[in-house]
Amino acid sequence: MATFRIKRYNPEKQPEPYYEEFQLDIPQGATLLDCMNQIKWTLDGSFTYRMSCRSAICGSCAVKANGHALLACQRQASHLVKNGDTIVLEPLGNMKPIKDLVVDFKPFWDKIDKIKPYLQPKTRAPEKERLQSPEQFKRIDDSSTCIMCGSCYSDCNVLEVNDKFLGPAALAKAQRFVEDSRDGKTHERVKELSKPGGIWDCTHCAECVERCPKPARPFDRIKEVMTVALEERVTNNTGARHAISFTKSIKSSGRLNENTLPVESVGYFNVKGLFDLLPVGLRMLFKGKIPPILHKSIDDVDDVKRIFMEADKE
Amino acid sequence: MIKHDVVIVGSGLAGMRAALEMCKDLDVAILSKVYPSRSHSGAAQGGIAAALGNSEPDSWEEHLYDTVKGGDFLNDQDAVEEYVKAAPDVIYELEHFGCVFSRTPDGKIAQRSFGGHSKPRACFSADRTGHTILHALHEQLLKHSKSIKIYSEWYMHSLILDGDRCNGVVVSDIRTGAVEVMQARAVIFATGGYGRVFNITSNAFAGTADGVMAAFRAGIPLEDAEFVQYHPSGLYRQGILFSEAARGEGGYLLNGEGDRFMEQYAPARMELAPRDIVARAAQSEMDAGRGVDGKDIIHLDLRHLGEARIMERLPQIRQLGIDFIGVDCVKDPLPIQPTAHYSMGGIPTDKTGHVITDEQGTRVNGFFAAGECACVSVHGANRLGTNSLLDAVVFGELAGRSALAYVNTVGHAKVNESHEKTKVLEQFENIFQQNGSESYNDIRDEMKTVMTENCGVFRDEDRLKVCIDTIQKLRERYERGKVTDKGKVFNSEIYEIIELGNMLGMAEIIATAALARQESRGGHFRTDYPKRDDENFLKHSLTYPKDGELEIKYKPVVITKHQPAERTY
Repeated sequence: MATFRIKRYNPEKQPEPYYEEFQLDIPQGATLLDCMNQIKWTLDGSFTYRMSCRSAICGSCAVKANGHALLACQRQASHLVKNGDTIVLEPLGNMKPIKDLVVDFKPFWDKIDKIKPYLQPKTRAPEKERLQSPEQFKRIDDSSTCIMCGSCYSDCNVLEVNDKFLGPAALAKAQRFVEDSRDGKTHERVKELSKPGGIWDCTHCAECVERCPKPARPFDRIKEVMTVALEERVTNNTGARHAISFTKSIKSSGRLNENTLPVESVGYFNVKGLFDLLPVGLRMLFKGKIPPILHKSIDDVDDVKRIFMEADKE
Repeated sequence: MIKHDVVIVGSGLAGMRAALEMCKDLDVAILSKVYPSRSHSGAAQGGIAAALGNSEPDSWEEHLYDTVKGGDFLNDQDAVEEYVKAAPDVIYELEHFGCVFSRTPDGKIAQRSFGGHSKPRACFSADRTGHTILHALHEQLLKHSKSIKIYSEWYMHSLILDGDRCNGVVVSDIRTGAVEVMQARAVIFATGGYGRVFNITSNAFAGTADGVMAAFRAGIPLEDAEFVQYHPSGLYRQGILFSEAARGEGGYLLNGEGDRFMEQYAPARMELAPRDIVARAAQSEMDAGRGVDGKDIIHLDLRHLGEARIMERLPQIRQLGIDFIGVDCVKDPLPIQPTAHYSMGGIPTDKTGHVITDEQGTRVNGFFAAGECACVSVHGANRLGTNSLLDAVVFGELAGRSALAYVNTVGHAKVNESHEKTKVLEQFENIFQQNGSESYNDIRDEMKTVMTENCGVFRDEDRLKVCIDTIQKLRERYERGKVTDKGKVFNSEIYEIIELGNMLGMAEIIATAALARQESRGGHFRTDYPKRDDENFLKHSLTYPKDGELEIKYKPVVITKHQPAERTY
């Protein structure tokens, strides 16, 4: 007998959510969604969640189980039992609950809209198909597997503190067009995606990769967009300058120059940005946290340089 | 009252394609009880058919013949001809929209073999073709969001007909429970299939006959309802789809003795015979005790394809096996069984997407249907794999074009808002008020079981009578059901109850039409009438509502190029 500890919320009945426990024998081979249906159909008809295809392609049934987002139809319930007998079910994060496990997807879709999620072709449509090599197809193969389930959006650590962030799903969707050989707006797209809220606001925690139920793996796609942005020389922004300064420092000394990194990131001619750094710098000075003024290389810096040379060759 | 020029109900391939056809000229609303990107078209895996000839020479004539032969000669050949001729341009258009297709080494759209098609004709995107087309169309929908209003998580309850004219639909917002009348100059149904009436099915929970039953309740007959397709490769016990592409790429079907049993049933085409033949073969093996371990299991063996090929062409299949049953098809065969997959029948339309009500082709003005909910009929008695995505896109476009032309000739008609709304509010109230004790869950389970056991791959008179009798009793019990959630906000229970009502109605129609067809053709096999009977049954059935009973009439098949011939593979 397993315990399903479910976060319940019904604004028509009471304003605050609460937890309710249901006991259920998990049938052999049952998915989490099968168990949720058992609970709804035999124990409490008011238990509410979304579902449709139950074959991991429609993206309806994403919920949090034991604190992490997943597709309920894709997981064997028995694998999710924790501490001997319990599965905790909660609604997806970073979106407002509507009822029980159903959340409001509006901000999610609004952000998808923002990245112009449609092909803006380079050329006029030919009579037949536009040609695209298998290699070019491969560049957009993974991102096109996204099912818009919101698992990545739910568990994104940036969105928790910054709701302006476009989020992993929208950025992965953006990669699908940035790297589509048929799209003619690559430069405009990466320029737009380099603005605040875009690719450079990602903190590289890769939580979205962990949560993605498909091969879309948003953070991998975000890195690809970052690469294209740098290739396109869209570097007049803090994020790109930060990445360039970071690389330059490692390449030349094998370690991070923490004195130049913040200055180079905001930009030498960005007077306001530089002034904004001052209070932090002064506080660090008074607390004795300023890194050494003379930046020294590590002993094996030549090895690091060799690694960069090898990487540049590729 | 909400007012639009056109309301489209259903946002899969057919609905979205229709919307794109009209959005430049009209104010279009598209309604989905889920979200457009969650529509069941997205679950289609293997491909979309078109005689592009990208890997072998091909022609629309061959596509036509394969489709008609696959459909056991019940297809209306004039419609099939338009449909297969339209196919290549439709695919190119999807590609131009940005659809992500797998490619040949020279950069063209890749094509693979599929059951019943004599040429490699299935354009594909690995094994998620429906998903990529759905998203490509969804992207276009978002691009045109100024002229297309998307109503996500809205439910359509009934069709507003005034004589021979359709003036809108009654809908409700699932999130708030608010019932609204949507007035429109034209309505297009693209509401999909109804595989959920069966126990073992590949269909989403959403496939519950809402559209077809709304049409039926408005007095419109349903065509060829007896023809349900059972897909040979559903996951054992769950019914989840393992694409025919697995066989298209060279997979074997093995019985419990390890034999490729298709040798006995379709020696020329083997595993790539049409689905009705393969599903029957698989069911026969299991019925004869030759299932794997004596169970209702057939093995789908892909091991000889090798990991690289599987990861390139069938990655989703592999993941589904690992996630849902713990079997990695690179190392072990997948356990499968036939699963209810597709409805060849539906709302009768002519080849322009207009809904018709009789054999004379009398139109319901302003009412159109496309995709799985419609019966044109291009699939006849059995649809070939990859022909359904094509059907949805071709007839979605045509229905959109027809609706556009029609709307330019008429204004909004008067609608009695309170009258229409009251009928639906009463339905809600009746369910809330009936102080019954019957479990809707039990009723649903019993319906699904009786349909799979008695109206499945093999049927006969006795079993179909059991089926009809059981469904009628279940319908009585349905009137005494017990509801627990009486709230307004996102009450998914009440919508499941309404859906169950639709499914009970549909189940009775399927079984009744199946009882009347005393022959075997395509997806409909009667063990008591095992032969095709062209003399008496080379005709489409039309099931009408009549004083609370069902009345079956027939209409002739349109035969242009190919006279019915014996069907061997």
